[in-house]
Amino acid sequence: MADKPTRDGFGEGLLELGRTNPSVVALSGDLEDSARAIWFKKEFPARFFSVGIAEQDMIGTAAGLALMGKIPFACSFSQFVTGKALEQMRLAVCYQRLNVKIAGSHGGLSVGADGATAESLEEFAILRSLPEMAVVVPCDALEARKAAIAAAAYPGPVFLRLGRAPTPLVTTPDDPCAIGRANVLRDGADVSLVACGIMVAHALGAAELLAKDGVSARVINLHTIKPIDRATLLAAARDTGAIVTAEEHSVVGGLGSAVAEVLVQEHPVPMRFVGVKDRFGTSGDPAQLLKAFGLMPEDIVKAAKDLLRLKKTAVGSRL
Amino acid sequence: MPTRPDLATLRKLAIDIRQDILRAIAKAGSGHPGGSLSMVELLIGLYWCALRHDPKNPAWPERDLFLLSKGHGCPALYTVLAFQGYFPKDELMTLRRYPTRLQGHPERNSPPGVEIAAGSLGQGLSMANGIALADRLDGRRRRIYCLLGDGEIQEGQVWEAAMTAHHHKLDAVCAIVDANQLQQNGPVKDIQDIEPLPEKWRAFGWQAIEINGHDLAQVLGAYEQAAAVKGQPQVVIARTVKGKGVSFMELNPAWHGVAPKPDELERALNELEAARA
Repeated sequence: MADKPTRDGFGEGLLELGRTNPSVVALSGDLEDSARAIWFKKEFPARFFSVGIAEQDMIGTAAGLALMGKIPFACSFSQFVTGKALEQMRLAVCYQRLNVKIAGSHGGLSVGADGATAESLEEFAILRSLPEMAVVVPCDALEARKAAIAAAAYPGPVFLRLGRAPTPLVTTPDDPCAIGRANVLRDGADVSLVACGIMVAHALGAAELLAKDGVSARVINLHTIKPIDRATLLAAARDTGAIVTAEEHSVVGGLGSAVAEVLVQEHPVPMRFVGVKDRFGTSGDPAQLLKAFGLMPEDIVKAAKDLLRLKKTAVGSRL
Repeated sequence: MPTRPDLATLRKLAIDIRQDILRAIAKAGSGHPGGSLSMVELLIGLYWCALRHDPKNPAWPERDLFLLSKGHGCPALYTVLAFQGYFPKDELMTLRRYPTRLQGHPERNSPPGVEIAAGSLGQGLSMANGIALADRLDGRRRRIYCLLGDGEIQEGQVWEAAMTAHHHKLDAVCAIVDANQLQQNGPVKDIQDIEPLPEKWRAFGWQAIEINGHDLAQVLGAYEQAAAVKGQPQVVIARTVKGKGVSFMELNPAWHGVAPKPDELERALNELEAARA
């Protein structure tokens, strides 16, 4: 099937929610086209609220709607809503334990040519540190559609990180998307590749490459960074003894850190983090940027092979 | 629904409430007396007259809503809610001390009657707008009042929300600015001038009503006048005195966020008592 951006899947899910759940409403600050909330807006104009280019007010207004029992989806760029409305997400949404859903489109490097100011590479770290906040990163458009629907059913704040660039479909319409439950897409015994977003496709690609070299890699789609699926991660650590994480996000505080927080306390194994190395983005074609930033299947393969060597050393085997 | 007492009774009530605010802050050993004392008449006008509410049923779906955006004024809100019977008055003396429902800045529904969390300034008006939008969708008619500080409206989010309320013609929303003239580090006009207030709000599309915020007749009149406005949000600009009722606290920035010591509390309570005559 043709590549498709996760934002499109989200937009379809939001539209379906509009048709099935009268409590669902949406807000945006002049980015409803970008975040694909415009399909909902066209069909349900009375349930869509334009708040101007004002992310803080958007999140506060969403909190007010949620206080009255609505399920608001506040839609923006991932960078702008995280950067500008963090205090509102913390106090008005999370501290008040409100049922607000935040859709952050143009996540990671997918905004490409627009450059560093719009490329969000820190939001996993920032948002997963907020008590009550669920952080969900769909891996393809099919999963994004399901994630929107799952978010509406999930009690409490949810952040959905979406991409602008078309990406491969790696799940099937029948695959589940339950918030907090990782999906094992491929079994393996030598190393586990734990990824979210576009990096799930690249982890699957890496597993293919590794298989050619006789390495059996398990691929885990960790679409929910928080609440994290401890059981699936611990099983992977026990069964394979080595973990590579992969994310279109900074290696500081993101998915890799979240996985390490679980494993280092309960079942430490050698790990490698594939991600953006504590730097800002830059302008370019998204596919080009993924290469330049070391986020390709080959980069995951290299990390996995490092680990396999380490497993054989005294340090590795002691772990 | 409370029956509406006369102004003389409400004025005496204002003294009782000011005294209990100060007792609670003194016991806590910290808190914000100045901005709590300046808003007492504004709250009395709401809870004893303007608001449809039921202390025995704080979650009554049809109630009018009061949102305290200037969270540091919560000792005044807690005291008013206790006087209204939302929770026992004794509990006021647990203010700010672990474990307590009376947080240093408000937590939602803690105690019952506290509609929203606040304490990071500038957030209440956006929530008021969201509530009004939900009410409009659901065909529910009620008033939503949101109390802001004058220093607080230096926050940009307030003006984002002001534009949203205007754009969506949210006539259920009534902002109240407790213009008590001071903020933490001095006079508002010196820290960052926000005047002219009525003209600013009018330029943002709001109906502005300017009053003396300690004159209960004016306060009640302003709420009635605001409630009659159709098609646009309203703001009551209440000119008040920070630390109102205690001579050594009035318009003295030192009393923004400091609790009175025992001798200061006694002097303050005596001064308030003397005003009863």
